[in-house]
Amino acid sequence: MARFILRRILQAAFVLLVMSFVIYSLIGLMPGDPIDIMIASNPGATPELAAALRKIYGLDQPLLSRYGHWLWAAVQGDFGYSRLHSAPVLAVLAPALWQTCKLMLISFTAAVLLAFALGIVAALRPGGPVDALISLFAFAGISVPVFWLALMMILVFAVDLHWFPASGIATVGDGSIRDYARHMVMPVITLALAQTGGFTRFVRASMIESLRSDHVRTARAKGAGEGRVVLVHAFRTALIPVVTVMALNFGSLFGGALLTETMFAQPGMGKMIYDSILGNDYNLALTGLLFATLVTLLSNLLADIAYGWLDPRITLA
Amino acid sequence: MRVWAAMAVAAMVVFAAPAYAAPREQLVIGVSQFPSTLHPAVNPEAIKSYTMGFGLRPISAFDSDWKNTCLQCTELPSLANGLARMEGHGMAVTVKLRSGLLWGDGVPVTAGDLAFMWKLGHDPESGFADLSYWLRVDSIEVIDDLTAVMHLNQPWTQFDHLPGMLPEHLEAKAAAAGKQPGDYAKQSLYARAPTTPGLYNGPYRITQYDSGTQVVLEPNPYWHGTAPGFRRIVIRAIENTAALQANLQSGDVDFAPGDAPSLTLDQVLALRRQHPDAWTYLFKPALSYEHIDLNLDNPILADIRVRRALLLALDRRTLADRLFEGMQPVAASFVTPLDPMHDNAVPVQPYDPVRARALLAEAGWRPGPDGICRNARGERLSLEFGTTAGNRVRELAQLVMKDQWRAVGVEALVKNDPARTFFGETVKRRQFSAMAMYAWSTGISYPPRQVLASDQIPTASNNWGGSNYMGFRDAGMDAAILTAETDLDPGHQRAAWAAMQRIYAEQLPALPLFFRADAYVLPKWLKGVRPTGHSDYSSLWAEDWHAE
Repeated sequence: MARFILRRILQAAFVLLVMSFVIYSLIGLMPGDPIDIMIASNPGATPELAAALRKIYGLDQPLLSRYGHWLWAAVQGDFGYSRLHSAPVLAVLAPALWQTCKLMLISFTAAVLLAFALGIVAALRPGGPVDALISLFAFAGISVPVFWLALMMILVFAVDLHWFPASGIATVGDGSIRDYARHMVMPVITLALAQTGGFTRFVRASMIESLRSDHVRTARAKGAGEGRVVLVHAFRTALIPVVTVMALNFGSLFGGALLTETMFAQPGMGKMIYDSILGNDYNLALTGLLFATLVTLLSNLLADIAYGWLDPRITLA
Repeated sequence: MRVWAAMAVAAMVVFAAPAYAAPREQLVIGVSQFPSTLHPAVNPEAIKSYTMGFGLRPISAFDSDWKNTCLQCTELPSLANGLARMEGHGMAVTVKLRSGLLWGDGVPVTAGDLAFMWKLGHDPESGFADLSYWLRVDSIEVIDDLTAVMHLNQPWTQFDHLPGMLPEHLEAKAAAAGKQPGDYAKQSLYARAPTTPGLYNGPYRITQYDSGTQVVLEPNPYWHGTAPGFRRIVIRAIENTAALQANLQSGDVDFAPGDAPSLTLDQVLALRRQHPDAWTYLFKPALSYEHIDLNLDNPILADIRVRRALLLALDRRTLADRLFEGMQPVAASFVTPLDPMHDNAVPVQPYDPVRARALLAEAGWRPGPDGICRNARGERLSLEFGTTAGNRVRELAQLVMKDQWRAVGVEALVKNDPARTFFGETVKRRQFSAMAMYAWSTGISYPPRQVLASDQIPTASNNWGGSNYMGFRDAGMDAAILTAETDLDPGHQRAAWAAMQRIYAEQLPALPLFFRADAYVLPKWLKGVRPTGHSDYSSLWAEDWHAE
């Protein structure tokens, strides 16, 4: 197991190295640079000033040279300076990461628990009215765009009912846990609902297959109660493909987080990566995207480890 | 099931309390961008200038009547009062600061702070985004704590537009610590510790800075002017303008300003139609000038008759009435009628499709079987027409204009790019083959060298510097710009500005469209906000804002 994990970590390091180059190159290939943005709003800007600013920001160097400098500094723990936030990248990233982690973990947990419950119930009577209702809910969750759902949540729960604040992470001058929690409710529900639909469909399909398998039939023949058959024998087997899908989906939560963070004006990683790409903030964009890559790689590693736990026949070596 | 239901109800009771009534001693301003830095001279951004307007005052600024006024000085320098005089090939401009001005930590504001600003602004490695002002100043002589003389290396008509200052007692250390070019911008307290009280000399100072989210301002105890009307001002960034509008409707945001990036004009117009009595709506014509650049290297557009025909074929007034409910005035040239240098002798060209067709015929373009004109060689009168993709109002206007041109036999081929590509490549490198629609923003009576002088045409040899994207070359325009920049005789200046507007309207390097209007949504209880319509934002007079 230890060798397996070590090997995967080394693979992840290699993937991150390759990705850093790919991302840096892609951002570098985008049209325009930060100085274009600066001088566009400056009626007194001259070509000489633009050249001086490019030198200051290191943009007069070839892309490969800039990447080399960044990589060498990053290896030493310096991920550079964020031009958009006027602060070192790690100082900008850490609070945003914490905010997104809270949002992602809570909404992911909520989505998974809800999907398990709905998926199992739907699989018990496939084709029945309850299954149809749950499928309708699941397809609605899959098809409704996150930004629209977020806007509807704001209009209903903030504009009409005044139950929850429409934006931000805390009320200025409050800072109580209750206040933080109130600000988290709508983003969490939005992001969770966006994930639940797909997860529910996977759980349902996997459970239907599992309930028809030989070992479940054997368990029933041995006289196991229906609850034990479903929740222990069938569900554990059904979890194997579901865990894969959920692990792969965890990385994509950044995409959903971007939309919820934008709509609810919360300072998280998703929004930060988006802004940094649009604003040509190379250092921040690169580090943020690498972190998103790392999260995906780690969630896949966790999924592989979970296989071994769920299915004793699988050995990790 | 009952347990779950009970838990859900309990959660609702705990978390879903009705929103608190907005206390009138706090004002929450909703904007759609967040400043990348608070340093006043690094990264010119409208949102930064708006935010800093509450806390950091320049020595002078244009007010809501577009008159240059003293904010931190006793009187503006002029040749008449002797505070400005010619010396050698340049000028000496005396700045007299008001007595009793203090930074937010109680340290006096002095002429040394102005000299410190110049020292940094004069250094090309400081990271200042606009060195042009400071490079005109050869030296600053500090006479006493409240008096300094700026020695300009050439006459400059904008000499009485006095700059801001930096607190030397706090920023000198950061300036000295810089080892690499641009280090100062990173070391500055405005970047590292923006809640340091001494960085501000206005009625408010920043007490909380949540990067990307919000800035909180509270009254500066060392401010000696009119007492601020709010205990707290929160500037909250909500990037998505639909969400921003929802925040306004829910009461999470009180005020959407028109001079900072916030709700769009069409959103405000729609809001006014839906809720005419819920808020106070203000519309202020502004300096931003919407127009269509014409690439004068295009052989079709090199013919002035075609350029005139294109303008005459546009019904701009109806377009402005329908799309902007008449809030955006139609432009005759690049100078807004509100500018003191506007020349009434240059009229807005009328909508005249008959004359447009005649001009095209005169230029050798006659309608073909499909209605599109062709020349003697059988070439179609077809022109690419680009703008920023995703800008809903612009794209709508573009479609209307395309139809209007088609009616006179001109085929406009829409070719839009994302803003980043459009400004970063398409116009910057003059890659648009015919027409590009966007807006300029400038200062009041600020000479238009960057956009209209022949030495500002972007080319590979000048590393694509300058913003004369049209490729406009006119000796008369170049001479008038120079006069507007350096001739201190008011009569000569006025004549130069009149010449610039006349040449622009006659030569049409760009098709003038509209002057944008800033749209404000204010709560009924908010009083004292005076929109300016220019780059000295209304926040510079925030001490007059109060709740009623």
